[in-house]
Amino acid sequence: MADPTTVVVRTGVANLASVVAGLRRAGLEARITDRPADVASAERAVLPGVGSFGAAMQKLRAGRLVEPLVQRIGAGRPTLAVCLGLQLLGTGSAESPEVEGLGVFDVRAERYSGDVRVPQMGWNLVRPESGCAALEAGYAYFANSCRLSACPAGWRAAWSEHGGPFIAALERGAVLACQFHPELSGEWGEALLRRWAVCSSREATAC
Amino acid sequence: MLTRRIIPCLDCRDGRVVKGVRFSGLRDVGSPAECAAAYQRQGADEIVLLDVAATPRGHDNQVETVRAVREALSVPLTVGGGVRSVENAAALLQAGADKVGVNTAAVLEPNLLGELAAQFGRQCIVLAVDAARTDSGAWCVVVRSGEERTALDAVAWSREGAERGAGEILLTSWDRDGTRDGYDLDLLAAVSREVSVPVIASGGAATPAHLLEGISAGADAVLAASMFHDADYTVDAVKQYLQEHSVSVRR
Repeated sequence: MADPTTVVVRTGVANLASVVAGLRRAGLEARITDRPADVASAERAVLPGVGSFGAAMQKLRAGRLVEPLVQRIGAGRPTLAVCLGLQLLGTGSAESPEVEGLGVFDVRAERYSGDVRVPQMGWNLVRPESGCAALEAGYAYFANSCRLSACPAGWRAAWSEHGGPFIAALERGAVLACQFHPELSGEWGEALLRRWAVCSSREATAC
Repeated sequence: MLTRRIIPCLDCRDGRVVKGVRFSGLRDVGSPAECAAAYQRQGADEIVLLDVAATPRGHDNQVETVRAVREALSVPLTVGGGVRSVENAAALLQAGADKVGVNTAAVLEPNLLGELAAQFGRQCIVLAVDAARTDSGAWCVVVRSGEERTALDAVAWSREGAERGAGEILLTSWDRDGTRDGYDLDLLAAVSREVSVPVIASGGAATPAHLLEGISAGADAVLAASMFHDADYTVDAVKQYLQEHSVSVRR
């Protein structure tokens, strides 16, 4: 039986206070951890991501966190990836070209192109494709220099625009991966976290 | 499309807001957390907290303030004032700041920007540039809260700061700050052209028209303090005005 907890994976020196406070507003008391056993057993896991792609992957590998993360996402268990966390799920990133990602899906993060400000910093409109469960339309807060521009097979996407369309978020079962920061996206973000919490509870019961 | 951000700025010292916030509905007008929450309800896209922590005790207070504001806030929080080192910045980020603003310390030790960016990612690092007009018509960088003029050109320094690792420029006109005459639009246009990171306009705004001018001059975000603190305008009223003038805002 799954441990009925929510854990936030420590991926380095990052602002975890915003994520923890955001989850609390959505009704989830979260614990910060870097123990592989916690990540494997927790009912819900959150993969935040502030910092560089290379440094975060190095921390996940050194801490033996890759396997429990890949396993739970593969099994569709309740997992939330935020910002860099979304990019870590792919095969790599232009930010750290020599570093391999978790490879949950076969898409690589590339830099924004065209005549736009980078980093993208601010509120942008998110539009979900039909069939999304947790994702709804609204404004979300982004702070990122790289992005995915294709939806991986088997996932549902929400899109946004910054010098062309890019992936704002992905979902598959109880796995939600957001390029934006739901914990910094006001009431809209809080409502999204609540929907994820509900849908992840349902998923856990179904398992 | 990315919307333009409206950012109220709170000046704090020792855990209290120092420039009075006068709008009604607050139990404690000096509480940074209450003021920040009130602005969030008005539709603020982000909050900037400028906290002067001149003493070691002041630094503890600053961290406590950030923690309290974070609990109340579900929009981004930028904290500036007295950030001197990676350790300083780490304490603020761990307390719940989403970005840290660096000013004087980056001028004295430009490598700090690269170190901060490597440690926390450039999206966490805001370079605060205080600029004053010179006799030759350019702008120099001023430091130590305006007490000292440097030989650095503000436009060149903004570009260098972005290259070194700043993810955003908070550009304050020292000539306009507190005047209510509007932003220094020439300065804003010059820096916006020169850098590819976002630029926040600051210093001198007193009306929605001033904010519109700033955005037209190239600002990605506009910061104001007294026009909101004095309850002349709410953030939402400003956004309505901007929307009527075809500016894309979150509303």
